Amino acid sequence: MIELSHLDKRFQIGDQTVHALDDVSLRIEQGEYIAVMGPSGSGKSTLMNILGLLDRANSGDYVLDGINVSKLNEAERTRVRSEKIGFVFQSYHLVPRLTARENIELPMMLSGVPAKKRKQKVDDVLNKLELMDRAHHSPNQLSGGQRQRVAIGRAIVMKPSILLADEPTGNLDSKSGEGVTKLLESLNAEGITLMVVTHDPTLGDRAQRQLNMLDGRIV
Amino acid sequence: MLWPDIVGFITHVLSRHRFRTIVLWVAIAIGVVAVNLLTALGEGAKSYVLKEFNVLGRNTLIVLPGKKETTGGMPPITGESPRPLTLKDATSVSRLSGVNAVAPIVVGNLEASYAGKIREVLTVGSSRDFFIIRQLNVAQGQMLPVLDLDKSEAVCVIGNKLRKELFKNEPALGQWIRLADSRFRVIGVLKKGGTSFGFDMDDVIIIPVANAQSLFNVDGLFRLFTEVRIYQELDSVKRAIAELLKERHEGEEDVTVISQDAMLSSVQEILDTLTIAVAGIASISMLVAGILIMNMMMITVSQRVKEIGLLKALGATSSTVRVLFLCEAGLIATMASVSGLLLSYLIILFANMYFSEIQFHSPWWAQCGSILLAILFALVFSWLPAQRASTLSPVEALQGKQQKEIV
Repeated sequence: MIELSHLDKRFQIGDQTVHALDDVSLRIEQGEYIAVMGPSGSGKSTLMNILGLLDRANSGDYVLDGINVSKLNEAERTRVRSEKIGFVFQSYHLVPRLTARENIELPMMLSGVPAKKRKQKVDDVLNKLELMDRAHHSPNQLSGGQRQRVAIGRAIVMKPSILLADEPTGNLDSKSGEGVTKLLESLNAEGITLMVVTHDPTLGDRAQRQLNMLDGRIV
Repeated sequence: MLWPDIVGFITHVLSRHRFRTIVLWVAIAIGVVAVNLLTALGEGAKSYVLKEFNVLGRNTLIVLPGKKETTGGMPPITGESPRPLTLKDATSVSRLSGVNAVAPIVVGNLEASYAGKIREVLTVGSSRDFFIIRQLNVAQGQMLPVLDLDKSEAVCVIGNKLRKELFKNEPALGQWIRLADSRFRVIGVLKKGGTSFGFDMDDVIIIPVANAQSLFNVDGLFRLFTEVRIYQELDSVKRAIAELLKERHEGEEDVTVISQDAMLSSVQEILDTLTIAVAGIASISMLVAGILIMNMMMITVSQRVKEIGLLKALGATSSTVRVLFLCEAGLIATMASVSGLLLSYLIILFANMYFSEIQFHSPWWAQCGSILLAILFALVFSWLPAQRASTLSPVEALQGKQQKEIV
C-alpha cells in the first residue's frame, strides 16, 4: 500500500523554479492497476521517480507498506527499492554485454543472493515469460518485445509489491506492445500493484484507475 | 554483492572492453618490468664489483702510508708521505702474532723490452706473500722466491698477455727481459686471471720489492697487504699494526689501516643507494601508468553512466558501485603486475645466459614492492573516478546525464 501526503518537488532550472510536484496526496491499495497520464512536463516522471525511491521529494511524506521511506537514508532506500519495487523502462535498459538470463539475475546478484539460490528463481521467471529458449542470447539478438519481456523478468525476479512501468510499450510496434501489456496485466492479476506512465490513451483506458496530471497536480 | 559475483562482473567488463584492458595491462606491466630489470641491473653490478673486491679475501688488511686526518683528504695513493712506509716496517709487521703473510707493494710503469720489442708495462715490486694474498697461481715455472724483503734478485714473473706479446710462441721461461736499465730472468708465467681490483693481472710484471725500489728510486712502499691468520683476530691485529707503526714512526699516527670489510661495506653502501635510486626512477613509470588508469577509468565512468544508473535502480548501493570500479582497477593491476613480474624473470633469465660475467637478479624487495606499488597506484588513481560513479544520481544517470562535469 502506498500513501503520499502533501508531496512537493521543485527543480531549479537556470533562475527559474519548476514545480514538478505541487502538494500531491495519493493513496494506492495493494494490487491496484493505475495509469498515470498527462502531457510532458506535467510531473508524471517525477512522481514515478519518487514512488520508485530514485528521487526524494522536497517535503511531504511517503509511506510504503507501513514504512515512512522519506525518513530513510540512502542505503536503506536502496534496500527497500530492491525488495519492493520493480522498474520497466521505455528503452529497456538491459546491460548489453550480459545475456538475457544474466540480466534477469542482476538484481539478485546486486543484493547478494548466492548463485545457487538464484538459479531456480531465474528459471521460474524465464519459464513464466516464455523466454527459456532465449536465455543465453544477448539483448542485441532479441526483438524489441523480447527485450521488454527480459526487462519485465528482471523487474519481477525479486518479487516486488509494486511494478513501475514508464511508457513500457513506447518503443514497440502494436503487436509486441499488446503482448507486453497483457503480460503486465497478468502480473497485476496475480496481486502486484501495477503503475503505468503513458501518453497512449488506449493503454491508459485499460487501467482500473486513471490519474491525470497537469503542472505537478493530480486533476 | 558477493565477492565471486563482483569478480565475475568485472571479468565480464574487462573482456568486453578489450582495447582498454590491454592498454592498461601493458602500461602497468611495463612499470613492473622497469622496476625489476633496473634493480636487477643494479644488483648485478653490485655483486660483480663486490666479487672483484673480494679477490683479496676477508682476512686482508691494507696499510696505506699517510693518515686521513693529517692530510685532510683521502689517504694519498701515490706512496708519497712525509714519513714513508718502509720495508723495515713491513718486516716488523710480519713478526706480529696473528699475521699470516705480509706483501709490501711498490708499483709503477716501466718499459720492458725483449729482442727489440719494447712495451710499457705495469711493474709490481712485491714478495712471495703477494701470490698468497692475491691467490695468484703460475701456469708455468714458479712464483717469486722467498727472500728477505731487502734482498734483490733479478727474477720476474710475468702475466700471460705480456708473455704473448713479447715472446709470441717461444718459451719465455729462462729468458731475460730488460726492464728500464736492469735485466730480469723470467721464472714464471701467471695463469690467465683477468682484470681484478684495478690491476690487469694478465699484463703485469712482478719483481722482488727491493729491485723495484731501486728501479723507481724510492724508499717508501705504495702499500702493504697483510693477511691475518684467523678472521676473528682481524680487529685486534688491525689495532696492533696501527700501534706498532705509530711506535716505529716516533709516536705519529701517519698510516691508515683498512680492512677488506670496511672497504666492501662502503662500496656496498654506494651501490645499494644506486640501486634504490634506480628503483625510484623506475617507479615513475608506475606513476605514469597510474595517471593513465585514472584517465581510462574517468572515460569508463562517462561511458557507463546509464549502466551505473541502472545498477543503482536495481538495488546497487553507492558503496557497491564504488567497490565495482575500484576492484576493476585493482584486478587489472594485479594481473598486469604479476605478468610483468613473470616477464622480467624471463628477461633476467636470458640476460644471465648471455652475460655469464655478471649475474643479474632482482631483489625480493623490488619484486614485492613493484607489485604492491602497482596495485596501490591503481586503487589510489581510480578512487576519484569510482567516487564519481558512486555519487551519480540514478534518475539523471538513467537519462544519460552526468550531474557535474569534472573533466
